[in-house]
Amino acid sequence: MLRNALGIGVATGAYAVSFGAVAVAAGLSVPQACATSLLLFTGASQFALVAVLGSGGTALAGVLSALLLGSRNTLYAVRMADLLRVRGPRRLVAAQITLDESTAMAIAAPAGLERTAFFATGAAIYVLWNLGTLLGALGAAHLGDPAALGLDAAVPAAFLALLAPQLRDRTSLRVAAAGGLLALAAVPFVRPGVPVLIAGLAVVPLLVRR
Amino acid sequence: MSTWSAVLLASAGCYALKLLGWTLPSRALDNARVRRPALLLPIALLAGLVTVQTFGASRALDLDARAAGLAVAAVAVLLRAPFLVVVALAAVTAALLRLV
Repeated sequence: MLRNALGIGVATGAYAVSFGAVAVAAGLSVPQACATSLLLFTGASQFALVAVLGSGGTALAGVLSALLLGSRNTLYAVRMADLLRVRGPRRLVAAQITLDESTAMAIAAPAGLERTAFFATGAAIYVLWNLGTLLGALGAAHLGDPAALGLDAAVPAAFLALLAPQLRDRTSLRVAAAGGLLALAAVPFVRPGVPVLIAGLAVVPLLVRR
Repeated sequence: MSTWSAVLLASAGCYALKLLGWTLPSRALDNARVRRPALLLPIALLAGLVTVQTFGASRALDLDARAAGLAVAAVAVLLRAPFLVVVALAAVTAALLRLV
């Protein structure tokens, strides 16, 4: 299990290298990129924040995008609180490492080992994620023009790679298509950053219809 | 709002969202009307990020090397390439197109 945790940590660390590079290409300093990984520590939210800031969106639009993407962690945390029964101050640590990967590993772990799986995966990812960010940010800071390196094309590819595993059924495909088109249609009419929030409206029909 | 405030505010907010889940009673979100939209919301936002970051310019749409990068990335995703390979292929494609 510890080997699995380390394997996931290495894979997400590689992903963090691209976050560090993209963050610096979007105009963040190396300390800002590293602080984002240390404190925010949620892949999709981090990418969304720097993508919105980098495309000229307001800080508020960036923060809102990050929060909307981070809301699924609340669902994971409810599940983990029920499964792991962590008490006291350790919950403050458990909260920070509540992610797609740590949740998935805890759910898949044999009975009795759920807590080990959760904390080992979370800790491995935390260390390697921040190491990867530092490497990527330093690399991009020394490499020069982000567009010449194609880093602006790396951003949508990163979002696509995050999105693809979640497209499991017809509803998720429909929501993705609607979100993508709504956001594109909004681009000419609203400030940068806002189209992404408008994409969120794709789930509204699910709220009104049973 | 500066970049630093955005980073700190988003961090505080996302941590609060995680901590909230750890303190809610386990039945709190046990309701399909909450769960389904909450799980589908990231899908809508990620799809919006894909299209806007590929075709968006400031208040306009644009077809450039990023679209070619995304097309290559889509093929890589279908072939189940690892994350870093997908991202690197998109970047290399766009960079090469801009060279020629």
